[in-house]
Amino acid sequence: MIATIIQRAVMQGTPLLFGSTGEILTEKSGNLNLGIPGIMYVGAISGVAGSFIYEQSVAVLNPFLAILIPLVCSILGSALMGLIYCFLTVSMRANQNVTGLALTTFGIGIGNFFGGSLIKLVDTDVPSISLSATSTIFKTELPFAHSLGSFGEIFFSYGFLVYVAIIVALISSHVLKKTRTGLHLRAVGESPETADAAGISVTKYKYISTCIGSAIAGLGGLYYVMDYANGVWSNNGFGDRGWLSIALVIFSVWRPSISILGSILFGFLYVIPTYIPNITVSTKILFEMLPYVVTILVLIITSIRDKKENQPPAALGLPYFREER
Amino acid sequence: MEQNIALELKNITKTFGNVIANKNVSLKVRKGEILSILGENGSGKTTLMNMVSGIYYPDHGQMFIDGKECIIASPKDAFNYKIGMIHQHFKLVDVFSAAENIVLGLKDEKGFDMPNYIEKIKEITEKYGFELDLQKKIYEMSVSEKQTVEIVKVLFRGADILILDEPTAVLTPQETVKLFKVLKNMRDSGKAIIIITHKLHEVLTLSDYVTVLRKGEYAGTVKTSETNEAELTEMMVGKKISLNIHRSVPENTCDRLVVQKISCMNREGTKVLDDVSFTAKSGEILGIAGIAGSGQRELLEAIAGLGHLDEGKIIYNDPKSGKEENLRDKTPLQIRQMGVRLAFVPEDRLGMGLVGNMDIVDNMMLRSYKKGKSVFLQRKAPKSLAEEIIERLEVVTPSANTPVRRLSGGNVQKILVGREIASSPTVLMAAYPVRGLDINSSYTIYNLLNEQKEKGVAVIFVGEDLDVLLELCDRILVIGSGRVTGIVDGRSATKEEIGLLMTKSSEQHDEE
Repeated sequence: MIATIIQRAVMQGTPLLFGSTGEILTEKSGNLNLGIPGIMYVGAISGVAGSFIYEQSVAVLNPFLAILIPLVCSILGSALMGLIYCFLTVSMRANQNVTGLALTTFGIGIGNFFGGSLIKLVDTDVPSISLSATSTIFKTELPFAHSLGSFGEIFFSYGFLVYVAIIVALISSHVLKKTRTGLHLRAVGESPETADAAGISVTKYKYISTCIGSAIAGLGGLYYVMDYANGVWSNNGFGDRGWLSIALVIFSVWRPSISILGSILFGFLYVIPTYIPNITVSTKILFEMLPYVVTILVLIITSIRDKKENQPPAALGLPYFREER
Repeated sequence: MEQNIALELKNITKTFGNVIANKNVSLKVRKGEILSILGENGSGKTTLMNMVSGIYYPDHGQMFIDGKECIIASPKDAFNYKIGMIHQHFKLVDVFSAAENIVLGLKDEKGFDMPNYIEKIKEITEKYGFELDLQKKIYEMSVSEKQTVEIVKVLFRGADILILDEPTAVLTPQETVKLFKVLKNMRDSGKAIIIITHKLHEVLTLSDYVTVLRKGEYAGTVKTSETNEAELTEMMVGKKISLNIHRSVPENTCDRLVVQKISCMNREGTKVLDDVSFTAKSGEILGIAGIAGSGQRELLEAIAGLGHLDEGKIIYNDPKSGKEENLRDKTPLQIRQMGVRLAFVPEDRLGMGLVGNMDIVDNMMLRSYKKGKSVFLQRKAPKSLAEEIIERLEVVTPSANTPVRRLSGGNVQKILVGREIASSPTVLMAAYPVRGLDINSSYTIYNLLNEQKEKGVAVIFVGEDLDVLLELCDRILVIGSGRVTGIVDGRSATKEEIGLLMTKSSEQHDEE
């Protein structure tokens, strides 16, 4: 029972982990990308579209291509969204909040439009597309997962994207903390004028980190459809996971390593009502509020303690342009 | 001997629009030598050094490094020529440690090896005698420690020519002594050092040569050992020039604002006002002279009810009732409700005085929006006031509904002064009201101040140009490091006298 709950929590948490890792990388460059929900949605539909076309065109799926095609499509789709965001906010100096919110609306529109079109193409009675063949490949577990009892259940019973999420978070954490690139990226987010004076290209760092961050976040969307939802795409099925990812960024005080545990906690809070007997719908919805409540608590605690390292990057949300002298 | 010259400038000229920042300035600095650049505020010291460090590009003139002519077009070029500048405002990342800030931006073929960098930084700090904890975060540091980080940063990048812009402005006397010690160590190991300053005694204790700038022009270079304070002051302020500002003799003056022994601290806990007392009389212009940042801003804000005082009283004599009121620790609104008509033209026009994105009429309403009983705003009166100001002060604007930030500095200032005068004040305080204004606009402002004075207003004028202060003011209060160093008569005082008073208190501080 406990093993199942943890397993469900991890699976719930994985899209959030992708989303928050991507958003942390983005925010470390000083870009507050509120387009993450839209970007994750685009990441999902791009993967679905790629996979759909591949499934339609061949009779027998090549497992390698079945993974590679949606993966590449998803990364390209969401990175493109990041590029739009950067172009508008960095090059055109548009307001970051407005641009981000617009991208969310835009991304969800794109997803629903192409999702709807694909559903029309297959001509089914249910308003969804099922890519079960691809999904099976995405969900392939490690061969020894079930021979190890509940230990195997908790640690090895996931599709590969779960491990990718954790590895990406660990790598991001390492890059931010230990490398020159990370130091420069943090400097750009904290004090772009200092970075500029030190000869670091602020624009380049903002573009690259935002695009990579968006691509990572997009994988969260892909994971949701291909693994969590068993390859079934239905419009608006993604829910509020994008916003939860942004909440998770704050919860984990901009540290991808904390985000790993945070995502499992959020996932746990998300799935726990299902395991409470005789729960009513309204109580269940109250439970769904919990991650946000926890985030607000973390926000309050970090601002009371006022430790500088736990604050958002100092230049977050502010456009940078060298003063015209 | 001449081979030793690290940096030489010849006939450098730089203009910004019509303003000449530097005109035919030449200087030389040799290896193993400290050169001071001395001048008043706005004499072009920082502009000159910004050209050396690649932030500005000169209009005319040549630069030589190690005897070879060179072109410095960007900070990167300056860095390649091993020139490092330490600005007054530090460029450091707050949440990074000292070491992280020092290695920031470094491009190194080899990997990112922090322990190795720290070793190298330690070599530098030990060589020159810096005291620095490399693991300490910047936000935990004092200003002096931050400055040390900046200096070590340029040294770590291999700078041979160091330029420090007003390095002691933010330091305590003890910290200054420490800084001078490391600067001398660096000089002795063969670095060329230029410090920008306006403090005479520092020039005399530290440097080998002094180059003096006056209003952007080169006033000469002297060997420190062969000069004295009086000579340097004269070079710095120059001969008195006549501006022909009309000045009437004050009539029927009475004490309007009596400031008694006020002191206050800033957020960092250093005293910015120390036992300041003076009286502003009606029908008189009281000038306040001093090096920028000596407490002028805090003084005016304290009177206007924007700053908190630790000690002292501010007594206002009401001309109508004859009552005395203490304005200390009252908010601007309370002051107004007490019937005190105090007008304040702050230094930061578009930050504190006006709202840049609002039009002229709306800016007028900032003073009067509380008037009237209806829940709706009364737009008629402010509108006619705006139109009156535009007409009377000849404000150049497309209409009264143009956002203020689109107007030129002079016009913005006219609107602000116009609004403040319209409330028919009994005390008018103006901080640097002509900063950045052309001659014509400046004279309009002087005339307005004079007009108010003749009406019997007590005018307090904070200025930076000593010529103007001497022509405009009846009395001049000189402030240095938050203390009153003297009150002189505007008609009989000389520039040299004021110049010496301006630098006086900081010297006393050091001797304590």
